Amino acid sequence: MSRPQSELEYLARFRTAPISGVSRRAVLAGALSVGAVGLVGCGGSGGGGGSASGEVSFGNNQADEAPLKAIKANVAGFEKAHPDYKIKMNTVAHTTFQENINNYLQGAPDDVFAWFAGYRARFFAEKGMVGDISDVFGETKGIPASLKNACSTADGKQIVMPATYYPWVVQYRKSVWKKHGYEIPKTIDQFTELSKKMQKDGLTPMAFADKDGWEAMGMFDILNLRANGYQFHVDLMSGKEDWSQAKVAKVFDLWKGLLPYHQKDALGRTWQEAAQSLQQGKSGMYYLGTFMAQQFKTGAEQDDLDFFVFPEVDSTIGSGAIEAPTDGFMLSKRPKNEKGAKAFLSYLGSADAQMANVAADPSAIAVNENADPTKYTSLQKRMLEVMKGATDVAQFLDRDSRPDFASTVMGPAIQSFIKNPNDITSMLANVESQRKSIFGS
Amino acid sequence: MSAVAEPRQRGRGGGRLSTRDKVTVSLMMGIPTLVAASLVWLPAIASVVLSFFDWDGFGPLSEAEPVGLRWYEEAVTIYPAFWPAVQHNLIWLAAMFFVATPIGLLCAVLIDREASGTKLYQTSLYLPVVLSMALIGFVWQLMFSRDQGLINAVLGTSIDWYGDSRYNLWAALIATSWRHVGYVMLLYLAGLKGVDPALKEAAGIDGASEIKTFFHVTFPVMFPINVVVLVITFIDSLRAFDLVWVINRGRNGLELLATEVTRNIVGEAQRIGFGSALATIMLGMSSVFILIYLRIVMREEAR
Repeated sequence: MSRPQSELEYLARFRTAPISGVSRRAVLAGALSVGAVGLVGCGGSGGGGGSASGEVSFGNNQADEAPLKAIKANVAGFEKAHPDYKIKMNTVAHTTFQENINNYLQGAPDDVFAWFAGYRARFFAEKGMVGDISDVFGETKGIPASLKNACSTADGKQIVMPATYYPWVVQYRKSVWKKHGYEIPKTIDQFTELSKKMQKDGLTPMAFADKDGWEAMGMFDILNLRANGYQFHVDLMSGKEDWSQAKVAKVFDLWKGLLPYHQKDALGRTWQEAAQSLQQGKSGMYYLGTFMAQQFKTGAEQDDLDFFVFPEVDSTIGSGAIEAPTDGFMLSKRPKNEKGAKAFLSYLGSADAQMANVAADPSAIAVNENADPTKYTSLQKRMLEVMKGATDVAQFLDRDSRPDFASTVMGPAIQSFIKNPNDITSMLANVESQRKSIFGS
Repeated sequence: MSAVAEPRQRGRGGGRLSTRDKVTVSLMMGIPTLVAASLVWLPAIASVVLSFFDWDGFGPLSEAEPVGLRWYEEAVTIYPAFWPAVQHNLIWLAAMFFVATPIGLLCAVLIDREASGTKLYQTSLYLPVVLSMALIGFVWQLMFSRDQGLINAVLGTSIDWYGDSRYNLWAALIATSWRHVGYVMLLYLAGLKGVDPALKEAAGIDGASEIKTFFHVTFPVMFPINVVVLVITFIDSLRAFDLVWVINRGRNGLELLATEVTRNIVGEAQRIGFGSALATIMLGMSSVFILIYLRIVMREEAR
């Protein structure tokens, strides 16, 4: 009702007292332009720190307590050995780091970052996203020859400085096995017999989890390695083999036979929870990487852990192939402080650094052959034995294959198999059609 | 209510505007338009364009190979998560629309009657709205957790609410409804406050029961609010993402279109073309509702 009057007043005010009007508009316009500039100027600014300050940035993907302690030991050791350099560590949770790796590498990656050996490192090298470290690699003594290939591009340049690896094995608590008098199975039939015995004794034979979609890949891999051999695994992973063939179906049939002995409701359980069921003596064994030991208290509890390699399925193939994913470090494409980054990489490849690392986190062992095994825990000594006895070392489904194939196809496919193990044929037909699409053959 | 003759207003045409006014107005119109275009429209169009190319996210775009409708074809034929995702989005929409929204409306009506303690009810119902969806996922984890959850402890069951694909969609819907009810309630409370009491009194004098009054008088009067609630519900259901991502990354029975888009584009996978195709399909689905909304609004304004 009084609006026109106020509007008149308002307009009148404009003419008589432009100051308020101007200032108001000016302020508004100013605010708008500032806002627009602010929006434009929202680019990410990478943290500075050239070689002058001696700062080397380091993208670390070990956020769990034990491995984080291990990597911090490495950083401290390097800074002590090279007082003129300083490491700026950026820690990101393991899975998050992995899922953001593409944006990370294309954005402002740290000079040195943690990654894996195998196809997964090569994939980025082929895209020209990482730095060549052949010179540092060549100067570092004690790197096993067997790992060189997994750390190189197709044309023979080294891109990964391997640091630690850990085997995937069947782990169990000695005290539990002793109590029931279990024997280590040598064949898949003995393994099944043992599982039945455990069920009678009121244990869940095999602890099992697949909430994040990668944990169960290990089970597929090892059954595939046992039933079809190492070379078939490599070819299948690199997209050269047909997924709908009988050889692959056989692996899933084997697995289906073992599923009744697996812990139920695996799709809602993390590997940590499954490891705790072993730790509490509710489960008899668990096929997982030895990082599982992180869920056990150091000392008596870890000393109670023991393991064996997965038993053979086919006597002509044996049980020589194992999976031992190798963790290492890479150089970004354009490091801000290349000299410092290479010095750091060289240090990370040394036996001393790796010993410091695995002393803080005894769930892995050093790849460097000059590492002194007398300092290992009993568990690590057993790992070393297993590694020495291996005829072939595979990396893991998601490290031996293309990341898009592993994460968007195989993860969900294995989850659907666990949910409904009776539909192997149509599941594999679907995987095959997606393989053709992704690998483009 | 004064009967003073109001001064006649002159036509408010552009002729009244000085040059400086024109500049100000064009800045005020231009800058937001520019921002919207560069941050909303361009990326949306780029996404649609990318869905016809095979690009891995690295290297120059010029090297990307055009693949026509291949990604769309693969999505509807061989991508196993696609149809479950569409189905879950539609279930989500139905649950929000037919369950959560009416409950919110009911809460609003009850609180509007100002029984004792309404402030308390209002606050507690509205509280979830200020929490982020990711946080709500965690909060409900405490209820739904298989081994430590309150629900299993009370019922004595050992159901894996978030992990078992028979239940987890419903568990997620309960969690998201918890928030949506509060949101809808607040919108309707505002709407109810704006309804002229005289209308209700008139209906009462004419002998209409309270329920009849609500459905025949109050509810139709709140038309603008109804439209807003409708649109918010549709859009929120179609872009549902954060809650299920927190639960299990939208796998194993919780596939939604938004999670599949993210999985293919943001993760290590980088199937940019394929992910963009999924995003374009999503855009198409939401456009249907937006067009319906615009038609309603236009028709209203034409009256």
